Amino acid sequence: MSRDDIVDPLRSFVQTFGASQLFLARLITYTPRALLRPSLILEQIFATGSMSLIIIMISGLFVGMVLGLQGYDSLSRFGAEDSLGAVAALSLFRELGPVVTALLFAGRAGTALASEIGLMRATDQISALEMMAIDPIRRVAVPRFIGGAISMPLLAAVFSTIGIFGAWLVGVRLMGVDEGAFWGSIRQQVDLYDDVLSGVAKTVVFGVVASFLAVFEGYNSIPTAEGVSRATTRTVVITAIAVLVLDFVLTAWFLDKDTLG
Amino acid sequence: MDSASHSDNIVEIRNLRFRRGSRRIFNGLDIDIPRGKVTAIMGPSGVGKSTLMQLMTGQLLPDHGTVRVDGLDVPSLSRAQLYKLRERMGMLFQRGALLTDLSVFDNVAFPLREHTDLPERLVHHLVLLKLHAVGLRGAWQLMPAELSGGMARRVALARAMALDPEILIYDEPFVGLDPISLGVILRLVRRMNDALGLTSIVVSHDVEEIAEVADVSYLISDGKVVGKGTPDELAKNRSAVVRQFMTGLADGPVPFHYPAPDYGDQLLRRDS
Repeated sequence: MSRDDIVDPLRSFVQTFGASQLFLARLITYTPRALLRPSLILEQIFATGSMSLIIIMISGLFVGMVLGLQGYDSLSRFGAEDSLGAVAALSLFRELGPVVTALLFAGRAGTALASEIGLMRATDQISALEMMAIDPIRRVAVPRFIGGAISMPLLAAVFSTIGIFGAWLVGVRLMGVDEGAFWGSIRQQVDLYDDVLSGVAKTVVFGVVASFLAVFEGYNSIPTAEGVSRATTRTVVITAIAVLVLDFVLTAWFLDKDTLG
Repeated sequence: MDSASHSDNIVEIRNLRFRRGSRRIFNGLDIDIPRGKVTAIMGPSGVGKSTLMQLMTGQLLPDHGTVRVDGLDVPSLSRAQLYKLRERMGMLFQRGALLTDLSVFDNVAFPLREHTDLPERLVHHLVLLKLHAVGLRGAWQLMPAELSGGMARRVALARAMALDPEILIYDEPFVGLDPISLGVILRLVRRMNDALGLTSIVVSHDVEEIAEVADVSYLISDGKVVGKGTPDELAKNRSAVVRQFMTGLADGPVPFHYPAPDYGDQLLRRDS
């Protein structure tokens, strides 16, 4: 292995990382002005959020139903099946809602964002904007970034709500857990700040990261069919890894705060 | 440079050098684009004609030399100054580059809505005016995917004219067009230039079409200008490179073969 084999990938990584940070800085700088044109952002919330609703709702329902089955099976061994509601809600609010939604978001909305922007570059639409004296980052990237970042927490809320419904469907309607105990355990055990808001904080972070990565990869894709395809794949892979790593970091941080608090 | 030539030429390029990676694209290029005329930039494929347009519009920065547009040194402009300059320029891309999620009407209205606060009713009138000029007023509600190549380029031309630019750049406007569409675009280039008092820069390798429309032509080869003049003057030019390009000979100073090792050696080597 020659020196270049080590130096070149390292240099390439540092360059890409630096470029991504500059890109993020521009996105954040332009965000306040972009908020003055809410119609552009609403369009993107529709494209990334509303268009992802079906997959999020179906996934949420089945994840919740599996939670109902597994939770009932495990809890009934200790005679604690009345806590099924709390177990399902805690799992969904704290972990499954944010993480699974972020992974589905990367697969559905992230790929759409990356390929759309990549194709805009490949078909000279980005250059055309530049030539019309319209900053493509401001006009194309920022509304998509904000739209995605707003959609993700909303989708996660839908996912968790439908998930609890799925757990109720299996636990209460199918396995015969007491309905009052199911809802009562949720009210008793789920804390708004420690459980719900920590989950919401995760969805906000995942939303920003997933939207940023999709927009960055699309915007910087090589303007060929292969380049766009590679950017789309990278969006899913990098987002999945980033979400899982960040999930660990955030979970550790929240639990540490709880312990200290 | 005297002030008269400054005012006569809207674009002045001096001693331009530019590389892409290890490949040298321009090696001391000098070009003047006269104000109010149709100027053609010609040359074989891959010679850097589109790159030259990108340098002229500040999308790329030269390694060396000056690029001045209407007296402004393009490479040294800030982003805001560059965008201000681009508001005075229109560009027709080779494939139209229409925004695919917008209708024909919205594509032409796009620069007006982004750059002005005109009331929607006036935008409506202006868009129809521009579309009428390119003969596509009736296609206002079509989507880009529903347009033929020639129609897409005409819509892109209407969009490029939306802000009444002083300079209109056409990047390979005749590629892949049927004879009728080609004739339409040719006439539009000339008519827009004369009627609106524009300066038009047409990047192309279509010799016959350019001869019909250009007031002055530059022929670029090997990173430099190798021929300049009216289409007639270029046709009479005795330089070997100019003659090869104008008559379409496959081999000559611009070789038919890409640089390669000896054919026999390559055939005998298993790893080639």
